[in-house]
Amino acid sequence: MTFRAEHLLGIEHLSPEDITVLLDLADHYAEHNRQGRTRRDVLEGLTQINMFFENSTRTQASFEIAGTRLGADVMNMAMQASSVKKGETLIDTALTLNAMRPDILVVRHPQSGAVDLLAQKVECAVLNAGDGRHEHPTQALLDALTIRRHHGRLHRLSIAICGDIAHSRVARSNILLLGKMENRIRLVGPPTLMPAQVAEFGVEVYHDMAEGLRDVDVVMMLRLQRERMDGGFIPSEREYFHRYGLDAEKLAHAGADAIVMHPGPMNRGVEIDGTIADDINRSVIHEQVEMGVAVRMAAMDLLARNLRARRGAEAAGVMV
Amino acid sequence: MKMLIENARLVDPEAGSETPGAVLIEGARIGDVITGDTAGIEAARVDAGGACLAPGIVDIGVKVSEPGERHKESFASAGRAAVAGGVTTIVTRPDTQPAIDTPETLEFVERRASADTPVTVLPMAALTKGRAGREMTEIGLLMDAGAVAFSDADRVVTDTRVFARALTYARSLDALVIGHVQDPGLSAGAAVTSGKFAALRGLPGVSPMAERMGLDRDIALLEMTGATYHADQITTARALPALARAKRNGLDITAGVGVHHLTLNELDVADYRSFFKLKPPLRAEDDRQAVVEALGAGLIDVISSMHTPQDEESKRLPFEEAASGAVALETLLPAALRLVHAGALSLPQLFRALSLTPSARLGLETGRLARGAPADLVLFDPDASYRLDRAALQSKSRNTPFDGAILQGRVLGTWSGGQRVFG
Repeated sequence: MTFRAEHLLGIEHLSPEDITVLLDLADHYAEHNRQGRTRRDVLEGLTQINMFFENSTRTQASFEIAGTRLGADVMNMAMQASSVKKGETLIDTALTLNAMRPDILVVRHPQSGAVDLLAQKVECAVLNAGDGRHEHPTQALLDALTIRRHHGRLHRLSIAICGDIAHSRVARSNILLLGKMENRIRLVGPPTLMPAQVAEFGVEVYHDMAEGLRDVDVVMMLRLQRERMDGGFIPSEREYFHRYGLDAEKLAHAGADAIVMHPGPMNRGVEIDGTIADDINRSVIHEQVEMGVAVRMAAMDLLARNLRARRGAEAAGVMV
Repeated sequence: MKMLIENARLVDPEAGSETPGAVLIEGARIGDVITGDTAGIEAARVDAGGACLAPGIVDIGVKVSEPGERHKESFASAGRAAVAGGVTTIVTRPDTQPAIDTPETLEFVERRASADTPVTVLPMAALTKGRAGREMTEIGLLMDAGAVAFSDADRVVTDTRVFARALTYARSLDALVIGHVQDPGLSAGAAVTSGKFAALRGLPGVSPMAERMGLDRDIALLEMTGATYHADQITTARALPALARAKRNGLDITAGVGVHHLTLNELDVADYRSFFKLKPPLRAEDDRQAVVEALGAGLIDVISSMHTPQDEESKRLPFEEAASGAVALETLLPAALRLVHAGALSLPQLFRALSLTPSARLGLETGRLARGAPADLVLFDPDASYRLDRAALQSKSRNTPFDGAILQGRVLGTWSGGQRVFG
């Protein structure tokens, strides 16, 4: 089994084998990290640029640590403060950066498809760190790794994804990944926060938490953006917490060994009760963050191998 | 000055026939349509070599970007694109900068058009000032100045009182009003049609129901006012029963559809290809098929190019930010021929929707293959196939979704008012 991709733009393009290869390597890096070991030779001599057109302290830090642990020269560019403000288009920004010959570009952008567009214009490996409402592949991979480590498998599990599905790239990538690995996926949330014709995704849809969580193995909560709480999509914050916020009573419907996940940052008291989030027997939220670094190390390692192979072949004049 | 185009396959949308024959051009008009012996006729001769000869296309809803954005499309470049596509009458949209909403701006369009284009250019004018939906334009003066229809193009007049008054006033002058049928609330901010594809791509979608709601509203106002009305683009199955009912009830309503909605579907957007971003957005395949069927049944009356030039800069953006619209003057006929090749329409049916009906709807004489009609003609080989290279298009903007696609059908010659303007 080989991972041949040039970029990591979304889960959509990955095969179940690709996902397994990525997770196996990430598992290996997770152990490495726990032992406090580093592998500085993996990305040695490579330049990684993190381009965040949208703020994200956590994801950016995770990619930075992952790159640094593997020996890359990491540079962060806060794109909001940069030339974007001066009216430069995304493609011009991409071409400018490309001329600096980076090896790995990590991109987050508020527009769906923007990272795909950028990847078409550069010659390095591109990792999607979240584009609009489209995909957030490393988040889905780190979620998958966390689930696999807890349940010992990543297939035939019953997984409830709860909350604002419509606006969530995390939900999209997770639905794709967990679907490819043959799990039963339930989406739980108010109908106004579900995508149109959501049933076509091969998922079960619930508008009631007690029913939706019944006997599931995994409860995956999503963040509800503040701007959606003002009556446009849901009546109010407190009505949302009452009906869809995860508390002990609702969680009691889930399976006895069900784990609780959240991609962060959490709104305590909106989508999740603080005591659930802090319950070390249930919540794996901190482990998700830990696995995030491992998954990003694995993804960059595999993409860098392919990048080096491509460049080597080009140098040798071989068509690949 | 007489010219005989002989050895042609005559595509007559009025008679619904395809017959071998010849057309005699006398001056600016068709002198005769001959299906028998042409020996002894004194005229310059053009051998059509068995190719199809049909009335030139009347294209309602062409955006020429003058005034305001001449770098996207000028009358000269639009004219070159039109003749290369067999379009002999361009009905221009008023959504320019500024909008065509006064007799003075309309006269500017007519002056520029007559100086630079070899085909007939008939301007539409805005229905409301600045296309802002608040006050009606000087419909009477604009008609005197040559406006053939009134439309706010892709903007909906949301205030029903304003729209009802404009329709009532237009009716007193027998003016044709062209509406964009779309519920403005549901469609706000949408980049694609809602559904699985929109959700997968994470793009904001509009429900196909928004079109039916827009059409239902306009039909109610037609019942109220009795105006003459054309829906610019009907693209969804759900809108069709309402349209059929309105026609059955005797309302003066016709409907059009853009060629892209007949030949492409939402999945063609694929990985965020912004050249496929249209307004309204491309639809599901079921909708496309229903609309093709409605066209064949005559429920939908008119095919337009909805030619909308956009420069590279406005398309090379993330999908949601990218501009909508596609150029299609040159690709209208070859793309529409896909329906003929697929067996959905006959050639006479196609030219009924491309030439005869739009001409009749605007009260023009063209669009017919008959003695005395204007000699606006297109000669084409419906079977010639080639791969489209957008760099070779005549339009200043090359935002076609058919770049690299195999098209079947090539224009060999175009005559406008008896003059050969292409081929």
